[in-house]
Amino acid sequence: MYWEKEVEKIGQASLKKLQLAALKKTVNKAQKSPYYEKLFKDNKLNAKIVKSVSDIQKFPFTTKDDLREHWPYGFVAVPKEKLVRMHSSSGTTGRATVVFHTLRDIAVWTNLLARCMYMAGMRQSDVFQNMMTYGLFTGGLGFHYGAEKIGALIIPAGAGNSKRQIQLMRDFETTVVHVIPSYALHLSTVFAELNLDPRRDTKVRIAFLGAEPHTEKMRKKIEEIYGYKAFNSYGLSEMNGPGVAFECPEQNGMHIWEDSFLVEIVNPKTLQPVADGEEGELVLTSLQREGMPLIRYRTKDLTRIISGRCPCGRTHRRIERIKGRTDDMLILKGVNIYPMQVEKKLMEIEGVGTNFLIILEREGFNDDMLIKVEVDKKYFSGDMKQLEGLRRKIVEELKSEILITPKVNLVEPDSIPKGEGKAVRVVDNRKD
Amino acid sequence: MIAYQLSIFAENKPGKLAAVTGVLNREKINIRATTIATADTFGVVNLIVDDPKRAEAALSKAGMTVHLREVLAVLIPDKPGGLDSLTQLLHKEKINVTNAYGFVLEGSKTAVFVVDVDQTQKTEKLLEENGFKTLDTKTLSAM
Repeated sequence: MYWEKEVEKIGQASLKKLQLAALKKTVNKAQKSPYYEKLFKDNKLNAKIVKSVSDIQKFPFTTKDDLREHWPYGFVAVPKEKLVRMHSSSGTTGRATVVFHTLRDIAVWTNLLARCMYMAGMRQSDVFQNMMTYGLFTGGLGFHYGAEKIGALIIPAGAGNSKRQIQLMRDFETTVVHVIPSYALHLSTVFAELNLDPRRDTKVRIAFLGAEPHTEKMRKKIEEIYGYKAFNSYGLSEMNGPGVAFECPEQNGMHIWEDSFLVEIVNPKTLQPVADGEEGELVLTSLQREGMPLIRYRTKDLTRIISGRCPCGRTHRRIERIKGRTDDMLILKGVNIYPMQVEKKLMEIEGVGTNFLIILEREGFNDDMLIKVEVDKKYFSGDMKQLEGLRRKIVEELKSEILITPKVNLVEPDSIPKGEGKAVRVVDNRKD
Repeated sequence: MIAYQLSIFAENKPGKLAAVTGVLNREKINIRATTIATADTFGVVNLIVDDPKRAEAALSKAGMTVHLREVLAVLIPDKPGGLDSLTQLLHKEKINVTNAYGFVLEGSKTAVFVVDVDQTQKTEKLLEENGFKTLDTKTLSAM
């Protein structure tokens, strides 16, 4: 039941020792990147000041903005020829954050995913259908490598094409799937259209749910529809991608792999550490990466540590499912979107007024983005064709930026209520 | 002559038209003709009124998005074939009509056909040359 028993059940003292050694190594490695070299020099930091794991608090945080500002190679800590892969966070163009891996980084990441999938119950005899996008997005390739390491038969189906997904599932008797939760719900409607019942007509027994936060209620609903066990997966491209934390068969919190990531939870306002059990922002330091080590990276994800030992026997602490974000990033259909991206694009389009509002809606099992856009008063000429052209242009331009096709409603200038202070840009009406 | 059409941007929702007519009522502005074009969630209300400039000011003041658009108000006989003679001419001259609507001035005698075309000045000249009378706002409101 364990992929690496000695690591997964590691004792406190051994873990601390392992983490300290790995942290020193990481600081030394990071120092070779242009960004950390300067940062450490300016702040008189180095591996020598790391006497215990808690000395991590002497180091400044790293943020997504830092990654963007030092795009593309500012965080790379090895000669470029040692890099074998780049990945990029989903949904962003131009300002995308890129992450680089060495061959060893890929191997370590692969092992972590194998550990996760094995923990949830996947074995060599399984048929694994990977319904995630392959490419820049880390979710597809990450799980593919992990499943291959376990030795399962992989169907690299990729995302979308629902009827083919169902066909593959039935033809090759898929037993394990990796799927975005909102897509799992959508797919269930396609099963119904085909007069199929996934409980009766497929052999799937395990699902890995990733790429977007979801509620316990949504998991239960998916499990109910499909008759399989669904496991929550957590990761971010800056920390490899998936495989950072994962649910065990207890399905009560995700074990965060503390041999590979140094975990801190901080108050997002004061940035001071909070006690175990208290909610805060997850901050991670990579402990095994060499291509692009990151120190005290602010994930902007809100969670808490679940205290107490897990009955599964693994000693790595558990985090609760992600409760939300400390920034304004939204996740729709597994794609990360910042309202800023929408704003920037809109303001480039002639005819767009000053204000807009993003409304996220869930109709049945389908999530949609509706954007109300104020028309520029000066642009209005009473010409319906011109307005319809503007609406279509906005849809096209946004689609190329955020990779999702929004519905766009043109509204009158000054008709969107302006809040006091910071403008309200997003209304999330999605309920589970 | 050139007439002015009042175009108002309007979201497609209850009460929108009432807000427009409410303002015009308070200002004692008379409406001669209306059309509404909608595309799903939004639309444009087009009005021919007796005092377009004052109407524009009042509606703008009420927070609406208004545009005064140049259109041709063509006088046609109110009898079978009255409109046809006009549209045949526009067709022959390859003039594209983007919007049009009409109203009767005096039953069985005269009607006005409002056309929004791609080349207003050229069309106006052409119509006059072919014996059509175009009305300006002042003439329209006096009728």
